[in-house]
Amino acid sequence: MEAGQPAQRRAEGVRDGARPLLSVRGLGIRFKTAQGIWQATRRIDFDIAPGERVGIVGESGCGKTITGLSILRLLPGNFAGLDGKILFDGVDLASCSARQMRAIRGKRIAMIFQEPMSALDPVFTVGHQIAETLRVHSNIGQDEARARTLEMLRRVGIASPERRIDDYPHQLSGGMRQRVMIAASLICGPQLLIADEPTTALDVTVQAQILELLRDISETSKTALMLITHDLGVVAETCTRMITMYAGEVIEDATVDEALVRPLHPYTSGLLRSLPHLSPRHGRLPSIPGRVPSIAEMPSGCRFRARCAHANRGCEAEQTLQDAGGGRRVRCHRFAELNLPGALHPPGAPIAAKVATQ
Amino acid sequence: MTAASAEPRRDAIVSVRDLQVRFQTSDRRATVKAVDGVNFDVRRGETFGIIGESGSGKTTIGRALVFLLNPSAGAILHDGIDPTALPRREFQSHRRDYQIIFQDPNAALNPRMTILASVLEPLELARIGNRAEREKLAREALERVGLPQEFGARYPHQLSGGQKQRVVIARALTLKPKLIVCDEVVAALDMSIRGDVLNLFADLQRDLGLTYVFITHDLAVVSHISERVAVMYLGQFVELGPTEEVAERPLHPYTIALLSAEPRPLPSSMRQESRIVLQGEVPSPIDPPSGCRFRTRCPHAQPLCTDRVPEWRELKPDHWVACHFADRPNFSPNNNAGA
Ligand SMILES: Nc1ncnc2c1ncn2[C@@H]1O[C@H](COP(=O)(O)OP(=O)(O)OP(=O)(O)O)[C@@H](O)[C@H]1O
Ligand SMILES: Nc1ncnc2c1ncn2[C@@H]1O[C@H](COP(=O)(O)OP(=O)(O)OP(=O)(O)O)[C@@H](O)[C@H]1O
Ligand code: SF4
Ligand code: SF4
Ligand SMILES: [Mg+2]
Ligand SMILES: [Mg+2]
Repeated sequence: MEAGQPAQRRAEGVRDGARPLLSVRGLGIRFKTAQGIWQATRRIDFDIAPGERVGIVGESGCGKTITGLSILRLLPGNFAGLDGKILFDGVDLASCSARQMRAIRGKRIAMIFQEPMSALDPVFTVGHQIAETLRVHSNIGQDEARARTLEMLRRVGIASPERRIDDYPHQLSGGMRQRVMIAASLICGPQLLIADEPTTALDVTVQAQILELLRDISETSKTALMLITHDLGVVAETCTRMITMYAGEVIEDATVDEALVRPLHPYTSGLLRSLPHLSPRHGRLPSIPGRVPSIAEMPSGCRFRARCAHANRGCEAEQTLQDAGGGRRVRCHRFAELNLPGALHPPGAPIAAKVATQ
Repeated sequence: MTAASAEPRRDAIVSVRDLQVRFQTSDRRATVKAVDGVNFDVRRGETFGIIGESGSGKTTIGRALVFLLNPSAGAILHDGIDPTALPRREFQSHRRDYQIIFQDPNAALNPRMTILASVLEPLELARIGNRAEREKLAREALERVGLPQEFGARYPHQLSGGQKQRVVIARALTLKPKLIVCDEVVAALDMSIRGDVLNLFADLQRDLGLTYVFITHDLAVVSHISERVAVMYLGQFVELGPTEEVAERPLHPYTIALLSAEPRPLPSSMRQESRIVLQGEVPSPIDPPSGCRFRTRCPHAQPLCTDRVPEWRELKPDHWVACHFADRPNFSPNNNAGA
């Protein structure tokens, strides 16, 4: 897409010592609506190597879920077109046949959906739904499928799985449904797991257990993880890299440590600053002023311009995702001159104090 | 277990006494004790947080508080009266003052209705104002939750998860209720909008004197927004107190484990592995352990914990706990080696 990208990507590949499992290039998604065609995302570029864990963060509505869904070609009915390539292990998922896609979906690429209630079928028991996924993709009998389903339910922390396996989704708590979804996604041992807010419905102890499980699976089976979340704490504890999206575009791509300590994009910095940890109890939470432009009327130039405290004339030009050195990429022409605060400023803020006492 | 205080406090907008809620399992052979003997008051104008284990009964309590389900035993009083004793009509209009917002916005939005129509619906059912006034209120509510005009004409499937949740919040706000039970309402929102929505909840509380029961897994959110917080484990409260007290001087081993498990947005060099990983079998609300329900995973469990149910007691002013050994000094986050 943008000049300079291929060379840098090659360098990254060498650095990681692995060929990417997934290479998304110039991905854009359009929807048909009563108000015309909407370009929901565009120019999305990123790679995920086997065993790599990448966090995708960004404002509500920026296109995280539809990017995940497009990899599985599960876009909604009013989907109007897709640009670019989605290379998975050498196959372009954007153009492969529906049949090829069925063989990949659920087996080699699995997804944990953001809304577990809508992803589970209310008329089948949860055990049946998990076992079916397994039986569709492998040649095993009913008893073995049930045994493996029980084992997986236990691994995701469901108490007395033998009594829960025949429950219907409405009989489970929100968190239990979510764990059922996680079990279903892992049952076939996928190479790539796309997890959309997998732990927001869970308490933090179960969350810690699930994140540990995901980390463990990615390390032992080289499963690549694309973790979509609003929780930067979850990203910090689970992922190796963090991709920030804004208004349908990737605006920053860096290792988690770099992004947290020294974000290069003003939006990433703003996100880190609005964490409740950093504000006094019952005080106002800082938030980024203004709001995301609507996809019906995207501004020209930098899409963050109207909300950015650092905007200048140069920002009226289209911004490219440029190489910021060391494998980092950022979509802001001022990145080198701005010295933006991350999650740890100012020193001595409550978060640092809290950690010190524990 | 003794009641927190048998008489409701004068400032109690909701009083819960010995609440029990049971469900049948699908094979009809066992009973899930989803809520098993809970006592508390929600004080007028406060934000009462509920945190705790997933599946411990938080949503069930929330649903019972607004009479979306009937308690199997015990009582729930609104402003000192039992709403179920009201005549049918009065009960219906009374319920409008007690709203609940759920974690899954899909369940609350009709896929065939536009966003504006969804927000208008409760106003129409309650016959508030004329059409133009209702539309104005609905648009204002959408504006307040940060959704521009044009969203009114869209359908739920055209919105992202977080956008849908904002619609649901707008919808509950239009009726200006006295109390809102918020069940994981900000979980689907990103940090920046979450900040806006939490600020919005605070503004509405100040302007309209609203009371909230705030159910969440996000400890940062609960400690930011609530005055008091209750910690739930397997159908019961294990701790209840002023948020700052509970967050900084937790008394129950489960609370201590919960606080230690919160993920922190810190680079790897600054992260300390101070996490208490709970070992042992996760019990089920179908047959909870004898004695203390946390004993199968508690690092401090003693033989007494198997034999006797710990008493629900006020160990410090306004700070309640159910643990035999909560007054022992070694119960600190720094001392989790286990007894
Ligand atoms: N079927 C659709 N038709 C039209 N627009 C859509 C459709 N699905 C999603 N959108 C729009 O595309 C954008 C991206 O949606 P997406 O669900 O990917 O957001 P997201 O980043 O996952 O947000 P959240 O964090 O709230 O889940 C949003 O602005 C949304 O309104
Ligand atoms: N309709 C139902 N039929 C049978 N069991 C139910 C029903 N609703 C809830 N339960 C059970 O009651 C218990 C408490 O569920 P509840 O939804 O209140 O938990 P929760 O604390 O809100 O959990 P989460 O944090 O995961 O949302 C769970 O064991 C759940 O399986
Ligand atoms: S390009 Fe300009 S407006 Fe955009 S983020 Fe950078 S400084 Fe701000
Ligand atoms: S009563 Fe015993 S098992 Fe229960 S929390 Fe206290 S120490 Fe742990
Ligand atoms: Mg989403
Ligand atoms: Mg719940």
